[in-house]
Amino acid sequence: MLTLLQSYPLFAALIALLGLGLGFGAVLGYASVRFRTEGNPLVDQINQLLPQTQCGQCGHPGCKPYATAIAEGGAINKCPPGGQETIDALADLLDVEPQALDAEHGEEKEPNVAYIREDECIGCTKCIQACPVDAILGAAKLMHTVIADECTGCDLCVEPCPVDCIDMLPRKGGIEHWRWDLPEPNENKSSIIATDRAAA
Amino acid sequence: MNTIFKIHGGIHPDEEKQLSNPGTVLDAGVPPSLILPLSQHIGKPSSLCVAPGDYVLGGQLLAEADGMVSVPLHAPTSGTVVAIEPMPVPHPSAMNNLCLELECDGEDHWIEYAGCEDWRVETPDTLISCIRAAGVAGMGGAGFPTAVKLMARDRLPLQTLIINGTECEPYITADDTLMQVDAAGIVEGAQILAHILGVEEILLAVEDNKPAALDAMQKAAKARGGDCNVMTFPTKYPSGGEKQLIEILTGKQVPTGGLPADLGIVCQNPGTAVAARDAVCFGKPLTDRIVTLTGRALARPGNYRARLGTPIEHLLTVAGFDPSQNRRLIHGGPMMGFALESSAVPIIKTTNCILVPTEQELPTPPDAQACIRCGLCAEACPASLLPQQLYWYARAKDQEQLERHHLADCIECGACSWVCPSHIPLVQYYRAAKGMIKESKTEKIRSDRSRDRFEARQERLERETLAREEQRAARRAAAEQKAAAGGADDPVAAAIARAKAKKDSAGDESANS
Amino acid sequence: MLADYALLLAGTVLVNNFVLVQFLGLCPFMGVSNKLETAMGMSAATTFVLTLASVCSYLTYTWLLVPLDLTYLRTISFILVIAVVVQFTEMVVRKSSPLLHRVLGVYLPLITTNCAVLGVALLNINQAHNFTQSLLYGFGAAVGFSLVLVLFAAMRERLTVADVPEPFQGAAIGMITAGLASLAFMGFAGLV
Repeated sequence: MLTLLQSYPLFAALIALLGLGLGFGAVLGYASVRFRTEGNPLVDQINQLLPQTQCGQCGHPGCKPYATAIAEGGAINKCPPGGQETIDALADLLDVEPQALDAEHGEEKEPNVAYIREDECIGCTKCIQACPVDAILGAAKLMHTVIADECTGCDLCVEPCPVDCIDMLPRKGGIEHWRWDLPEPNENKSSIIATDRAAA
Repeated sequence: MNTIFKIHGGIHPDEEKQLSNPGTVLDAGVPPSLILPLSQHIGKPSSLCVAPGDYVLGGQLLAEADGMVSVPLHAPTSGTVVAIEPMPVPHPSAMNNLCLELECDGEDHWIEYAGCEDWRVETPDTLISCIRAAGVAGMGGAGFPTAVKLMARDRLPLQTLIINGTECEPYITADDTLMQVDAAGIVEGAQILAHILGVEEILLAVEDNKPAALDAMQKAAKARGGDCNVMTFPTKYPSGGEKQLIEILTGKQVPTGGLPADLGIVCQNPGTAVAARDAVCFGKPLTDRIVTLTGRALARPGNYRARLGTPIEHLLTVAGFDPSQNRRLIHGGPMMGFALESSAVPIIKTTNCILVPTEQELPTPPDAQACIRCGLCAEACPASLLPQQLYWYARAKDQEQLERHHLADCIECGACSWVCPSHIPLVQYYRAAKGMIKESKTEKIRSDRSRDRFEARQERLERETLAREEQRAARRAAAEQKAAAGGADDPVAAAIARAKAKKDSAGDESANS
Repeated sequence: MLADYALLLAGTVLVNNFVLVQFLGLCPFMGVSNKLETAMGMSAATTFVLTLASVCSYLTYTWLLVPLDLTYLRTISFILVIAVVVQFTEMVVRKSSPLLHRVLGVYLPLITTNCAVLGVALLNINQAHNFTQSLLYGFGAAVGFSLVLVLFAAMRERLTVADVPEPFQGAAIGMITAGLASLAFMGFAGLV
């Protein structure tokens, strides 16, 4: 056999390459079955970083669907409640460049809490059905109220209200929530040179 | 006889202690009104039990402790409660917080108070409740409720009590003065605390730049039974930090993220010890303290005993303040204090010093330059951290790396900022970074909760949809069963037949009429 | 004998470091060294691939190409071997760490065309290594690659938070640092 192949070198070459290809193909085929993965746990990791307001400003009906979209290669800069911090964290996780928040999907605002003006509430339960985290307490024909600690400020309850009695107020920050700011970076580094200082 | 150990790093700034004449207590008097913040301690603010218009006596309870980690508040003198509303408080944020304004009647009538006859026969629990009822919080600057600190005896084995008379920060001499005038009180207080904690060893720590205080403490310790050990050690900033002092006196290091109680040690300030003694022996609540008023913009710097709630402007007037010389009012010392926006803020349980420097004395720091990576900050850090790395990661807001470099162990002493040749305000970066980490942890908890609620809601909706489907299917099945059983009983057909019959009869009638 | 192998290893890891001295495999070196975690992952993957590929190439050469007198096919068959080994590694990585897979997904095919891997395979032939030598050569090359990658990633992490002037930020300062590191490694010349 060997001598046969040696007398027809081209043949030998073709058989060698084909043989290699088939052999390795078999190995890979076995491996693809043996090492099959189910689902995509990356989605959960991405979901952990999103702010869970379930507001829909990214264009997806909730945070988990947006996480799935990101895992499939979607843009990471569509979440206004998460803001730049979330974009940076996602960029870190996925090892991509962080981008600025996509203005098309909204702007980063101060965190808000919904507040129902109880004098005007008619007890229609439309806002209760709209709230994605069940932060509104109430029942039909009974007073509705927002549980402030659970409210994520997603805004979804404001539209369904037929009497427009819901206000979005800034989340209270008392002295307990105050924190130090980072010092301003020194832009004027030339202040060590006396003549520069005089000129500036 | 007792070995002293050395801590890593530390600095030697000018002490400026003699400026405030330690050893003499001056009386600040009682101002026309006192402003008492409900939160002068770590933990939940006290909850009020008086209302505007009430007349109260000195020592009367104004607000109760709210929960375990909290402290009650008492009236420092007699007078009428004028207002309860947010007012400026001594806090770096310059924000307001809920305060009680007391208009003093000048009579200084007090309640009757009485303490334990002999504290040695009382149980520790009784003594702790005396201390708790007197509103004693840590007077060294942190304000941790002392009664809660003493309850460490229930959780961990304890061997040593340290009374921290180090007072390493420049300018401040309040503890020095207290040690000179009331060493006996401190020693008795220490013995009471040791009795509560069940510890054998009592160490009274005094830095070697306070010879008079050292002398007084040694005499008092000897006079009161000799179970207290007075220990002295070379002056260095910040030896007075709890963890640093423990390392100096015992050679042991408090583990990262841990407490001194994990090593079986409890530290207390001398002022707290005296307050505990007053609470136990006399039943007197905490209503005044010694405050160092110092700085060259004052004509009469010194140590003043002032009632809690005294507005700082009153103290400045008493001490002869010259505003033309001064640009910043500092609550605390030059290393760890913070600047006050207004002098209307009151002194509180943790106010140990008001520093009023002239511009030459404590000049405005020059602009920060670029970090030259010299590493002097790492040499100076008493907690053996890497301030330079913490600085870079704080600028980059890299939470993970900050935690890996033990940002939580930074005691914010300011030694790194003091040595930095580029005048970078390093401690500001660490404070901001700590706040950022705390905020992001809180946000994480919130968002996890929101996600759980959202998923629970999805499940609920699914369940309801499924239940509705099942009901509908069941009804349909029941209807089909009924129809299959007997077609004549079909209610729909019967209704149609009835309607038809009615129509026919109506038609007949109209036809007939 | 053991000394020979030790010298071979020292040679490939330090003296003739594949990345900084022989300048092979620069693509993954610059591309994956942004963060320490990904650098370590990439090192592990490359070590696995390089060692296995080195051995498989040697075996293919010795037992298939030489008997059939097809040594001129070595380049294409080595490429085939390497591609298969990389595919296999990718499947293993996807199963064991989806994040690593998401991050390295772009780079695993890069390992296929990483000239360091093909270089190792071809150099084994050039230098007429036996089986053990091929194994050690591949392993040493990978260790050298990993060493440099991890060191460089640590440096780049520090550079990210440092006060780099704007024109130099990013790849520019990375290249300059790599050049300086390369100078440092060339200092090992003459060690072996």
